[in-house]
Amino acid sequence: MSLNKEQVKEIAQLAKLSINDSEIEQSTIELNNILSLMAELGKIDTDHVEPMAHPLEMSQRLREDVVSEADLSEEFQAIAPKTGKQHFLVPTVIE
Amino acid sequence: MHTLSVAELSKSLKNKEFSAVELTQHYLDRINRSDLNAFITVTDELALSQAREADAKLANGSGSVLTGIPFAQKDIFCTKGVKTSAGSKILDPFISPYDATLSHKLNIENMVMLGKTNMDEFAMGSSNENSFYGPVKNPWNKKMVPGGSSGGSAAAVAGRLSPFATGTDTGGSIRQPSSLCGITGIKPTYGRVSRYGMIAYASSLDQAGPMTQTAEDAALILNAIAGFDEKDSTSAPRDVPDYTKSLRDSIKSLKIGIPKEFFLEGLDSSVEKVITESMKEFEAMGAKLQEISLPNSTYAIPTYYIVAPCECSSNLSRLDGVRYGYRCKDPKDLNDLYLRSRSEGFGDEVKRRIMIGTYALSAGYYDAYYLKAQKVRHLISEDFKRAFKKVDIIMGPVSPTTAFELGAIKDPVSMYLADIYTLSANLAGLPGMSIPAGFSNNLPVGLQMIGNYWSEEVLLNAAHQFQTQTDWHSVLPENI
Amino acid sequence: MPPINFKLKPIGIQSYLRIFRGIIMAWETVIGLEIHSQLNTKSKIFSGASTEFGAKPNTQACAVDLGLPGVLPVLNKEAVHMALRFGLAVNAKINQHSIFERKNYFYPDLPKGYQISQFEIPIVGKGAIDISTKEGGTKMVGITRAHLEEDAGKSIHDLYEDYSAIDLNRAGTPLLEIVSEPDMRSAKEAVAYAKKIHALVQYIGICDGNMQEGSFRCDANVSIRKKDTEELGTRTELKNINSFKFLEKAINIEIERQQDILEDGGNVVQETRLYDAVKDETRSMRTKEEANDYKYFPDPDLLPVDIENELLTEIKNSLPELPTEKKNRFVSEFGLSDYDAENLTAQKSLADYYEAMLNDGADAKVSANWVMGELSASLNKNQIDIQDSPISAKELSELVKRINDDTISGKIAKGVFKDMWEGNGRVDDIIQNQGLKQMTDVGAIEGIIDGIIANNSEQVEQFKAGNTKLLGYFVGQVMKATQGKANPKQVNQILNEKLS
Repeated sequence: MSLNKEQVKEIAQLAKLSINDSEIEQSTIELNNILSLMAELGKIDTDHVEPMAHPLEMSQRLREDVVSEADLSEEFQAIAPKTGKQHFLVPTVIE
Repeated sequence: MHTLSVAELSKSLKNKEFSAVELTQHYLDRINRSDLNAFITVTDELALSQAREADAKLANGSGSVLTGIPFAQKDIFCTKGVKTSAGSKILDPFISPYDATLSHKLNIENMVMLGKTNMDEFAMGSSNENSFYGPVKNPWNKKMVPGGSSGGSAAAVAGRLSPFATGTDTGGSIRQPSSLCGITGIKPTYGRVSRYGMIAYASSLDQAGPMTQTAEDAALILNAIAGFDEKDSTSAPRDVPDYTKSLRDSIKSLKIGIPKEFFLEGLDSSVEKVITESMKEFEAMGAKLQEISLPNSTYAIPTYYIVAPCECSSNLSRLDGVRYGYRCKDPKDLNDLYLRSRSEGFGDEVKRRIMIGTYALSAGYYDAYYLKAQKVRHLISEDFKRAFKKVDIIMGPVSPTTAFELGAIKDPVSMYLADIYTLSANLAGLPGMSIPAGFSNNLPVGLQMIGNYWSEEVLLNAAHQFQTQTDWHSVLPENI
Repeated sequence: MPPINFKLKPIGIQSYLRIFRGIIMAWETVIGLEIHSQLNTKSKIFSGASTEFGAKPNTQACAVDLGLPGVLPVLNKEAVHMALRFGLAVNAKINQHSIFERKNYFYPDLPKGYQISQFEIPIVGKGAIDISTKEGGTKMVGITRAHLEEDAGKSIHDLYEDYSAIDLNRAGTPLLEIVSEPDMRSAKEAVAYAKKIHALVQYIGICDGNMQEGSFRCDANVSIRKKDTEELGTRTELKNINSFKFLEKAINIEIERQQDILEDGGNVVQETRLYDAVKDETRSMRTKEEANDYKYFPDPDLLPVDIENELLTEIKNSLPELPTEKKNRFVSEFGLSDYDAENLTAQKSLADYYEAMLNDGADAKVSANWVMGELSASLNKNQIDIQDSPISAKELSELVKRINDDTISGKIAKGVFKDMWEGNGRVDDIIQNQGLKQMTDVGAIEGIIDGIIANNSEQVEQFKAGNTKLLGYFVGQVMKATQGKANPKQVNQILNEKLS
């Protein structure tokens, strides 16, 4: 499997990264080089192998339903790039 | 002062040979004179105030063994009120409003944070050349890289700018720079040290650990940072032993497995020689060597470079310029805000991995990439399970070469090959360690040790015993 | 002579077709619902922040909800238990090993750039629930699955010029997304199903059901197909529906829109459409123009959820009587009709109120009529929940008892009810103070009737001549003279005697 420039653009859009036309050539080559490294996995028979999403064979621990967090909104708002009255602001979204 | 280990400093502080403030000032002076670029942020004032508090505790005898010990914190751990950048422009404006669990644990010991160390952006890299804050120099040869991603931490310890440092290891990021800088580093079992507040690269692989001068120091620090954390679902609810207790145990009859796959083509012969000689040292101490096979470990690179990018592509989505961090100037609409904030904020390697991960998870490719990789991951960990039925510990090289020159490796794929021996421990979740084992062309060579799950004691014990018989760990770079 | 020019009125052939299409085209509607039910836990699904509604913006969004770098989720036990309660209540297959996945997409009110949800293995698998049909029967609607996930925050677009405002208080509130099979065939059925689920989640105490506050939200997948075909048509997803009334309207509008398209030879586009209650129309959501690729994968920050058999047994035993069980009991124990029992059990609070009346000794059928009649009407009119009714179950049961023991007539009782509603005292005091007690003195009633017969000789003659319809007139006169206090039965009886 190898990617063409159009696909690379689509992936970039999906990942919310912009790639300009001067970078696209180089990016496509690099990504294809990396993907060719992955092709090696095709050699291994994994038909009866369970995927391993996690190194630990543990179950999810459940937290008691208790409110433990204080209101730190002032501190959080202080580090935000753009805020209004207690809101985070982004350019108007048209729905 | 700066040539002393944590264990030695602890005694000196207790005996009032010098105060924590004096010690801290000494290190701050060394950092300020240093040209290694090991630190992103130096927290002078904070350090001195922490040192004063530590001195007060030491004076009234209420301090712990680690009270007053200065350290360097990898800039991947959130530290309240201090910039936490993860080596990235996108987090350059980020002053963390909270402490990572690890930061908190070191705070309650009244330790002294000297600053935040340089690193590859979001821990992605093997040379520390991917930092927004510029590359770090290797104290053994300033033309060389320190390794990555915990390159700043490794250089800080090797250059004695700090008695020890913290690191994180997703594919070798503690062990490889430890090896390249000639220090001791341990990546504990996945789940041993809390990941809460440690900026995630690949959540199922990331694990924090100490980077120190000696195995004994690593045991002391691990005692403080290991243990269950209710804020981390992947933290193991297991008791933590006192890692210093077993350091002095005999390693007679320790069964060492040597995977033949770690000694194939690609391993620098001078590195191989150092590793082979260190094995002989273990043999001389009574350990039993045997060859083992980890057949699927040869697929660790493609497996890792699918799993880690998949997870990171999602983990880094939160860096969107909305709630914190870098936002581009005058975004014209929401899409522009996202695209430019992220494209201007992330470096090339991070973008590459986000792209790879996005592709590997996307509709139609998930099975071929992500799922396939997770299956091979299973096979890799099964190899280890089989091996640990026969042996107590696995040893081999950390890195195929010693430190390479800054700028020497430009091709991303060639850089990925630097992690060939370290990735499989992360994929399986096993503890791994790097200890100084010798030199090649005046550059340090590290020996890798991989243990069974939760067997950090075995690793630290073997490492400490090796360090009682050798002095590679106490050799210093010039002019230190 | 110019030729006569016959012209059809410009109403168009399509319009005629549209009018008769029910008959000509025979479309069948296929509806499936996705219901997002906010679980009423105290804290969020993955953090310890409060879930309380109505707080100041962002004051209930902690580090985890904000998706700060380095934070991690830990699953709320209560949310899991609530999901299991639902699963067991609809006899669903419980997946004792389920996993959380990340649904990746960028949106400003989605702080992490992904929503933690369940995809491959939801905690609740296949189940079913019965709904009542308009023909009076029941119909089984399949439940495909129900999974746990976190809610997103809110984007507010009209607060700042040039900016959308993000409030993350809601981010991380636990949701149970209940997905039905495409088993509904009309908007009415869809509403019946939604109401049934609405009642159920309140019965089992997992959701407050408040649709205004968004605690219970319905998305409808609507498609149409020719009758007697198997294959499903292309569906659209209707969002932004916050009442049962709008659910019905939105679906009907959408059905009509799809019929228009198909009958004009077009194709329905698979898309998400917003229901606009003000304009009463659905419109396409343009923001979703990019191909959706959510890149689901197991969340590496969370481990698989494993449920022990013991826990399932424990939860099963703790479930209250469910609506269907309650309905059946109301029919068999109180002799109610299916219809009455269904209505009374539609809301747990209503059923509780009704049962409290019966426990107080009120008659079952009369109580049923009053609860569903006067009481419900007054509550609806004043938009009051039954929990906040100004007339308590005990008070209403007193009123019913006074009807049954012939103290007052049903008609008088309506006036008493009004007084009670307005807070003018208790039943017996009102009857006493206003002298509303029924006349039981036969002599007195006879006296009044004698007077009326004497003053209406014309009508008496007509009656005797065979116009028996005039009895009503006499009864009316008596009631008027007694201000309604005479017992109508008694009046009838005496009149019949005297006039024969």
